[in-house]
Formats: sequence, C-alpha cells, structure tokens
Amino acid sequence: MAESHFLDEPGLPSPADPLGPLGPEAAAVAVTVAVPVMRGQTRWRLLLRRPTFGVGAGILLFWVICAIFGHAFAPDNPLAQQLLSANAAPSGSHWFGTDPLGRDVLSRVIVGARDILVITPLATVLGTIGGTALGLAMGYFGGAIDLIAGRLVEAVLAIPAVIIAFLFVVALGPSTTTLIIVIGLIFTPLIARTVRAAVLTERNLDYLSSARLLGENPVRIMFGEILPNVMPAILVEFTVRLGYAVFTVATLSFLGFGVQPPTPDWGADIAANYSGLLAGYWWQTLFPALAIASLVTAVNLITDAIEQVLNA
Amino acid sequence: MVTFLARRLGLMVLTLWIISLIVFFAGQILPGDPGRAILGPFAAKSAVQVLDTQLGVNRPLLTRYLSWVSGLLHGNMGTSYSYRTAVEPFIRAALINSVKLALLAFVIVVPLGILGGVIAALNVGRAVDRIISVTGLSLSAMPEFVTGIVLIVVFGVELKVLPVTASAGAGAGDLTQFRHLILPAIPLVFILFGYIARMARAGTIEALNSDYARTAVLKGLPRVTVIRRHILRNSLLPTITVIATQTGYLIGGLVVVETLFNYQGIGNLIFKAATAKDFPMLEAGVLVIGVVYVLATLAADLLLIALNPRLRAGGQDG
Repeated sequence: MAESHFLDEPGLPSPADPLGPLGPEAAAVAVTVAVPVMRGQTRWRLLLRRPTFGVGAGILLFWVICAIFGHAFAPDNPLAQQLLSANAAPSGSHWFGTDPLGRDVLSRVIVGARDILVITPLATVLGTIGGTALGLAMGYFGGAIDLIAGRLVEAVLAIPAVIIAFLFVVALGPSTTTLIIVIGLIFTPLIARTVRAAVLTERNLDYLSSARLLGENPVRIMFGEILPNVMPAILVEFTVRLGYAVFTVATLSFLGFGVQPPTPDWGADIAANYSGLLAGYWWQTLFPALAIASLVTAVNLITDAIEQVLNA
Repeated sequence: MVTFLARRLGLMVLTLWIISLIVFFAGQILPGDPGRAILGPFAAKSAVQVLDTQLGVNRPLLTRYLSWVSGLLHGNMGTSYSYRTAVEPFIRAALINSVKLALLAFVIVVPLGILGGVIAALNVGRAVDRIISVTGLSLSAMPEFVTGIVLIVVFGVELKVLPVTASAGAGAGDLTQFRHLILPAIPLVFILFGYIARMARAGTIEALNSDYARTAVLKGLPRVTVIRRHILRNSLLPTITVIATQTGYLIGGLVVVETLFNYQGIGNLIFKAATAKDFPMLEAGVLVIGVVYVLATLAADLLLIALNPRLRAGGQDG
C-alpha cells in the first residue's frame, strides 16, 4: 500500500503518531479513492470535491437565485424613490444604504443580478454554438475555408471585444436582445479558434481515417465523431467566455450602452453613483462593485476547477 | 524567409481589409440615416435630405465604401459630424496620449507578470502557484472600472497620495504628468498581469521539463544558474507574443480607464464619439486600434524570429 507515501504528506499523521486523530480506517479510505480511470462520472465527482468549484458554484447559485426570485425577497422595491432618505448610510433599515434618489441599494444589488445573468449565458451559448460549428468546419476541411475564416478570427481579435460591441451597440441602440446577439457574434470566431485547434489534434487519429474510409459524410464525422472528443475543450472555452461576457456586459453598462436605467444593474448603478465617492457615499458604488467582482471570481473559480479536473 | 515574410504581409493586408468591412458595416450601414441622427427626430425631411447629400451618404453602398477606403489610404479618415472638421488631428493627439499611458502600464506589468509566472512555475501545484494563477485570472477578468474605482477611493480619496485625474493640465512638468498617470495605469496592469504570468508560467514549466534543463541540473550547475541561463531564455519567447496580442486588449481597457480618469486618449475619444453618435470619429478610432494591433503582432512575430535561432534557420528553408 502507499501508506508510507501518505505519511510524508504534510498535515497527515506523522510517524511518531501513526494513527492520528482518525485512526487507520480513514487513511485506508483516502488511499482507495484515488482511481486512475477518468470516466464522465468520475470527473464530475472529482469536480464536486474541489473546494474552488464548490465556492464558485455556491456564489453563482446565490446570484442565480437573486436573478430569478430577487423581486420576491428584496427588502424594498428597487425602483421606489424616497427622496427624504436619499444618500443614507448603511443602517438597520437600509443594510447597504440608499442612493441619491433614496432607493434601497441592497434591493438594487439583488435585483440587478437579473439582466446580466440573462444576457451573459445566452450570449455565450450563442457564441459557443456558432463557434463550435465554424471551428469544426475550419479544422476538418482546412484549405480555403480555414484561410478565410482564419482572417475573420484575426480581424475580430484585432479589435477588443468591448470596442466592437460598443460600435455595434451604438449603431443598433442598446437592448437586451442587441447585447446578446452582438456579444454572441463577437464570441463566435474567438471560440471557433479554440475548437479548430482542438480538432487539428484529433484530425489525423485512426478513428477518423476509418470513419472517412467507411464513407461517412463529413457532417456526421464532424458532429458524431469529432465533437464528443473535443467537448472538454469546448466546455473550458465556454466557462472562460462566460467570464469575458460578464466583463463585457458590465463594462458596456458602465459606459451607458448596456442595461438602461432605471432598471437596476450593477455597472449602470456604479456609473450613476461613482461621483458620489468624493462626497463620501461609498456604499452606493462599493456594493454593486463587490457584486460584479464576486460574480467574475465565481465564474473563474469554476473555470479553474474544470480545467484542473480535465487536465488531471 | 522572403516567402514567409511575403505571406505574413499578405495575410496582414487581408485581415486589415476584413477589419475595414466590419467597421464600415457597423459604422455606416447599421445606424441607418446619419442626417436624421444628427438633426434629430423633429427636423424637416428636406433638411435631412440636404445634409445627407452634403455628407455623401445617399450614394450607393459600394461607391461609399470605395471612396471611404481610398480616403483612408490617402490618410483622409473622414469628417467629424460633431466638429465638422477632419478627424485626423483629434485621432493623432489622442493616440499620443494613449501611448504614454499604455507604455507606463507595460513598463510596470511586463517584469511583474514574468516574475509572477516564473515563481508560480517553480512552485507548480503548490499553494503559491494556485494563489498567483487564480489571483491573476480574477484580476484579468475584473472590469477596469471596478478596480479603478477602488483605487480612486483608496489612494485618491482616503489616503490622498495620488491625483485622481489623469491629465496634469497644461504646462505641467513631465514628472507631474507621470504622477498623474500612475493611478490610471494600475487597472491596466491588473488586466494584463494574469495573461503574462500565465504564459510565462507555461513557458517555464515546459523549459523545466526539457532535456537541456535536466542535463544542466545533472551536470551540477547551481539551481539559480540553471534558471537564469537555461530556463528563462527559453520560457520568455512565447511571452513576447502574448504581450503583443494584449496590446489590443489594453486599448480596449483604455475606453473605461480614460473615461473614469478623464484622460484625453483614444479610448475617451471613442467614448465621446459614441455618445454623440459621431460615426466618422468612432470608425476612425476603432480602425486605428485595429491597425495598432495588427502592427504589434507583426512586430512580435519579427522579434520572435530575430530572437529564436531555430525559427531563423527554419525560415531560411521556406
């Protein structure tokens, strides 16, 4: 057994205290769990056991609940103005204080989760579907398709996502649908690049040659044979892009081209209130900023855990 | 080598052409009627038509695109709707300001990112590595306005050690201007740190696992010498590419940072043009950003060839 190896690990019972607080059974269980076979279910269980995944998923779940049921449990109406209690500091009646119009900041932070959590997943799903199809075609067919689509990828890469989104949203006028479509379209070539790279490593493997020799049609080979094998790469790319989508939507809202007031939104609320910082009204800006930071961090923790498990 | 360069430049021109199509489409086709946009919904139909004719926007699309592109090639980027004068002087002045800010950010972040990545790689799998990687990743994904506001509150409002506006005002000395740029540069540093550290980490891990690194260790060289002479030199090559690629994203960040700190750079110019629906200015700004990115990646490729003897030798065959 690998018992001796385990004793070398810090934090486990030292040789001087061989049984430790848990006794020998605990050590035996810990050793037998390390199964080398990586099936879907095993991966899922490994993922659930990672603390970073747990924390990230917990925070994300919290915001999803706020997005769906926020109106029901927010302490106040996020739109209700009470001008007499404007700019009130955090207190028992308003835990996060109030904004210059006397609206409850806590309620606005809770309900403000809604639009960003509607736009970002939908935009990322749209970009992932488009990007996967384009990437599969680029990697599988190569040649002219790859060359031309490759230039499109380069061109989109050349301009920061926030700025292209900015250009299109200004032209079309900001709305939830516009944001979803524009961000999804910008993500399409970027995701295609990753999928293409993953397809290229699969392309010359035996199972594909035999599928081709058997005369299967290209669409079947791409979606039936290659897709399942590049799925892990797509999953990682999806979570990475989800993080970028949060970033992009929050930034657009901050610049005034995302979610429009008076709808509660973290980025827009920060833009509306950050000048109040000089007057000392820090709560109006800090709490929405923490909300964005926590959502971004949660998505990144999940991405990191998925990457760790897939690379293990 | 010549073939490689010719191919590289050909692809670059193709990329620039696609960028011009995207910008033309978003700036001139999607917005609809510019005359109406400028004069507002209550202007008379005839006035709108007169303005459209003056602006030349009622010509066929292909004619408009061709005259726009030929103007660009002759250095004529269009006439601003807001100022009714050529946009180039605005773009040039803004670009110079942005370059100053971006350079300062790079000077801070490149050594810091490489150091972070190398430290993470030398402690791979340990807590230090996880902390650097996750912190870097989170900072990269944190919108600049969030970090920027935190910095303004902490250093500008509470501690009062650094100015919160980026422009020092006319006649200010270089040192004063530099002090004003420190705070705006930090959110950009945060964004880039994660990418550079990640790349330096990956490069270092690869070099650590290589045969030449093992040979160096086995022949008894001290660890510091192995890292400095054998690991770093090889691990930093891919980092150069990332630094060039991130130039574009740095400029994206400038829109927010320059708006937040009220700095007259290209990002602020784009933001103001967008708010005023000044499409020629907006298009010119976005186009310039695309060109800067394309040139930066070209420079990185050339630098990579110059620094890596293997690529140089391989290139001569092709």
